[in-house]
Amino acid sequence: MGVILAVAGSAVGLGNFLRFPGLAAQYGSGAFMIAYFISFLLLGIPICWAEWTLGRVAGQKGFRSSPGIFYVLIRHPIGKYLGVLGTIIPLTIYMYYVYIEAWCLGYAWYSLTGKLSLGANVAAYGDFWARFVGATENGLTISPDTNQVLVFLIIVFALNFFIIYRGLSKGIEAFCKWGMPALIILALVVLVRVLTLGTPDITKPDQNLLNGLGFMWNPSKMGGQSIMQQLANPQLWLAAAGQIFFSLSVGLGVILTYASYLTEKDDIVLSGLTASSTNEFCEVGLGGMITVPAAFIFLGAAGVVGQGTFGLGFKVLPLVFSNMPAPWLFGFAWFFLLFLAAVTSSLSMLQPGIAFLEEGLGLNRKQSVSLLGLLTAIGCLFVVYFSKDLKALDTLDFWVGTFLVFVLATITIVLFGWVMGIEKGWNEVHKGSALRIPSIYKFIIKYVCSIYLVSIFLLWIFFNVLGWNPSSHEFKPTGYITDLIGQNFNPVARLSLGVIAMMLIFFVITTAAAGRRWDLISNRSKSNLSKGGSP
Amino acid sequence: MTWGGWLTMTLSVGLVSTLFAWSVYRVLKKGNPIEKLHGIEDIDKGED
Repeated sequence: MGVILAVAGSAVGLGNFLRFPGLAAQYGSGAFMIAYFISFLLLGIPICWAEWTLGRVAGQKGFRSSPGIFYVLIRHPIGKYLGVLGTIIPLTIYMYYVYIEAWCLGYAWYSLTGKLSLGANVAAYGDFWARFVGATENGLTISPDTNQVLVFLIIVFALNFFIIYRGLSKGIEAFCKWGMPALIILALVVLVRVLTLGTPDITKPDQNLLNGLGFMWNPSKMGGQSIMQQLANPQLWLAAAGQIFFSLSVGLGVILTYASYLTEKDDIVLSGLTASSTNEFCEVGLGGMITVPAAFIFLGAAGVVGQGTFGLGFKVLPLVFSNMPAPWLFGFAWFFLLFLAAVTSSLSMLQPGIAFLEEGLGLNRKQSVSLLGLLTAIGCLFVVYFSKDLKALDTLDFWVGTFLVFVLATITIVLFGWVMGIEKGWNEVHKGSALRIPSIYKFIIKYVCSIYLVSIFLLWIFFNVLGWNPSSHEFKPTGYITDLIGQNFNPVARLSLGVIAMMLIFFVITTAAAGRRWDLISNRSKSNLSKGGSP
Repeated sequence: MTWGGWLTMTLSVGLVSTLFAWSVYRVLKKGNPIEKLHGIEDIDKGED
């Protein structure tokens, strides 16, 4: 149960409670949920099972880090370098994710102490957030006079590394065993509160619970289009598949590492399904019922439309909770649940790095935790210092948290379906399993999943990178490109790409060193076997 | 809230809740599907 909760904890994060509800409401829930569940069945679940299987197979051969896992599965020198992605992706995401985690803890504290009760004007909450995270000026966050985000950051940073230092069983598993149930209980408490709000302001009778739920779940919001017309919109599929993809933590390299600690007796079909369904329950069953309806009830449609993930989470919802009875209680419950969700995710981002440093370079626990702490602290300070418009955070999230994740997931599914071979993969996934995956999934994993994934990736590049406009048939590169190339480039965006490049160089060099070590061990084992000794 | 909204909400929330409950039931019924997660300390570094 511990590893299921650890993987579920990795998947359940801020996106479940903030990003999903916003997307579903934006795209008209009926059509969006059809695309969402199809993506879950054809993309999310198959990649999940593939990652669990590949991780366990490599783990049985003694490899736990992503470079090691790809080294032993691909059996080509380039394999271990592909695996570098599985180390730098979670570590780079950790560098900015832990900062957001600090916001959640800070907001939980401010809710409890009443400092987040700023009245009924959403602009006041926007100003508070901008000051707190340093969104108005670079370097604002490291000035102790202006805000306390650095204090919360140090607390969450230390907490993460303390848990990681305790190891998998005593650290991550132990934390997730109480953290995940606590998170769900807190979400249920907030859900009950939201579902019993009725019509809090009788001067605004339209802003009631039923209309709030309707704003979230009514299927016809896209200009009166039918569901079939909505489903013809590629952006809707991109949004739904992207949400499934990132929500389940596939393509991060995290599941590969966790699964490498399992044996052939362990049921990875049921474990993968349980971890995924826990994530879906938190996302659709809890996140979908709380965030948007609550915001609608207090602010109406105008207060919800156009709010991004951060806008909804850190500007709109604090206002919502401050207008409820006992605001300190429900505000604290909400932000503390976000904090727990974020911690269980960030812990999983450190584990692949720890596994690599210990396995590849032969470092002991203290050395690997210290080195990783130094590395991520430098990256995190970069994100925290260059906080204006959250440019560093946004750039890293786009190129690593989205682009590279797509790349790694594509490599993983090709590795499972084509390199390992679907028949071998099929046998491996069912070892120790009481459940049988329907045979149709052989076809889905080998063909549908690969094509679906590549199609979504290409669509994403066309729309979100190159800025393809289907009406005018023109490309207009998005800010992520123009920030890097052209006369109006953004120096912070370029520096952020430099951080990614430095991470890549560091881990390619250390992976080369690890590869020599693994080759040496492998040759020594073969030599011992040929002499009739034990490997 | 329209009938379509009720239908979308009921089906979506019902589906994920049922899948979640069924999965947890199967895990608990089976006992412990994963015996033990080996700690980092168990990693064989291949050293003599």
